Amino acid sequence: MARAVTTQHKTIVTAAAWIVALLIFFPILYTIITSFKSEQEAIQGFNLIPSGTTESYAEVQAQSGYFHFFLNSVILSVGSTILALIIAIPAAWSMAFSPTRRTKDVLMWMLSTKMMPAVAVLFPIYLIFRDTGLLDSRIGLMIMLMLINLPIVVWMLYTYFREIPGEILEAARMDGASLWNEIIYVLTPMAVPGIASTMLLNIILAWNEAFWTIRLTTTEAAPLTAFISSFSSPQGLFWAKLSAASTLAIAPILIMGWFSQKQLVRGLTFGAVK
Amino acid sequence: MGQIALRNVNKSFGATIIIPNINLDIEDGEFVVFVGPSGCGKSTLLRLIAGLEDTTSGTIQIDGRDVTNEAPAKRKLAMVFQSYALYPHMTVAKNIAFPLKMAGESPEVIDRKVKDAARVLNLTNYLERRPGQLSGGQRQRVAIGRAIVRQPSAFLFDEPLSNLDAALRGTMRLEISELHNQLKTTMIYVTHDQVEAMTMADKIVVLNAGNVEQVGSPLELYNRPKNLFVAGFIGSPKMNLIEGAPAARHGARTIGIRPEHLNASKASGEWKARVGVAEHLGSDTFLHVHADGVGPLTVRAGGEIGLDHGQDVYLTPDLSKLHRFGDDGQAMLAA
Repeated sequence: MARAVTTQHKTIVTAAAWIVALLIFFPILYTIITSFKSEQEAIQGFNLIPSGTTESYAEVQAQSGYFHFFLNSVILSVGSTILALIIAIPAAWSMAFSPTRRTKDVLMWMLSTKMMPAVAVLFPIYLIFRDTGLLDSRIGLMIMLMLINLPIVVWMLYTYFREIPGEILEAARMDGASLWNEIIYVLTPMAVPGIASTMLLNIILAWNEAFWTIRLTTTEAAPLTAFISSFSSPQGLFWAKLSAASTLAIAPILIMGWFSQKQLVRGLTFGAVK
Repeated sequence: MGQIALRNVNKSFGATIIIPNINLDIEDGEFVVFVGPSGCGKSTLLRLIAGLEDTTSGTIQIDGRDVTNEAPAKRKLAMVFQSYALYPHMTVAKNIAFPLKMAGESPEVIDRKVKDAARVLNLTNYLERRPGQLSGGQRQRVAIGRAIVRQPSAFLFDEPLSNLDAALRGTMRLEISELHNQLKTTMIYVTHDQVEAMTMADKIVVLNAGNVEQVGSPLELYNRPKNLFVAGFIGSPKMNLIEGAPAARHGARTIGIRPEHLNASKASGEWKARVGVAEHLGSDTFLHVHADGVGPLTVRAGGEIGLDHGQDVYLTPDLSKLHRFGDDGQAMLAA
């Protein structure tokens, strides 16, 4: 009997989990479905079966050139991530391996910058970008995205590095390794999984960032977020085209996320489940 | 060669003094054990010798060469850590080979030495495994292998057996002693376990609060403890320390008598006592008794004594084996 109850209970929980998952995923699914409709079908109302036309995709590409935005997204997310790693690795390193009394405070201060609403600094930053000629430039946006995500990158790397036992580094020193050898043969191989998942997460965060990327760009440096928003424009709403643009924007990151889910989950839960 | 000398070595972290002032000579080929309760500074002392901590003042010499300010890598010492500290991303073979690689040895030499070490330590079948796939004892052997391949002038062991279970600890203790007999290299071994100290050491250094309480061979410390601390720390079960009237009768503040130097009899003796707990070990019986006018005592009696809880026993101390300590806790010379 006990077993029967358990099975029934399990079925209910599984069904509930599927329903919740579908509800969460539904907007994305409907976006994809709508992208395969004609503009006519799209405004007719709720309909789960599209005619399967790809005319929206063709039009979106013809109108704005998807590839230009895609390339900007790649350059901005990868570029800002590399910049962030260059700064964050030594920072996290020194905080993890030679902490001072103020290390915790510094970490908290870094995190506190993430608590500030971005819109509060929109004007000063916009003006600085305008006056320094960084508006609509890839470099400017790369720096901006790097700065936004830097606290998270430092925190993630810090928790990773803290996991490396100090005795192993001391063992390397005793074994005759110079500082350089210690970094190449011992530290880096042990830190690579941590750096990789930090990198993946940061690429996703930078790819999805919409507040600054839309406001600080027009055409030259505009990534896919700006590409999507350009379809909800003065000419009115074109649901099918908007959906096609959205699908095109999320597809690359969805595929990347799918292939790297193992690293991502490890990265996100790191420190929480020790 | 592996002669190590500490001269007025002092270590403090900020205002906290860990090691006030230590002078110590370790001869080439000696097996020296630093023993003491936790927090006595024994590990810090080892790390000072290793170069993993900077000395606050004083000098450390290895083979007559001042190495006080030299990097750990330059001191030609090898260390085995309590946590083993193996490189998790390298195979056993690569772990053992690492110090040789750092020393710039040729691949042929490395290969030969790694194989030799693996044979000595029974690791030949595990060379391609990662540390994560090994048991605690095997990991410890890899750590030892990594230490022996580079032929250091001295080995430093930092509580290497404390993560192992009791049975394995006994075996590894023998293996390390055997290794010392084979290699005849200086070994400095840190432990809080006085049994390890007694069984392995040529020379024991008893530390307490950063001070050297006594240096000597295991039997010297056992038979002639210089002070109350050493008397109480070395030996298992512990020496009985008695204060008050029985001590005053011998002209001392405290007298000490080891459990095996109390003769137990059912008929007659100097002190009458009642048995609290009797631990029958087969070969021996440890009697935890309460003696009238003396206090709690531990007695090591024969396996066949046949005494149990609540029974009376008469005890007679062997006066020739009595230790007397003065008001300052130092041993008093025979009267």
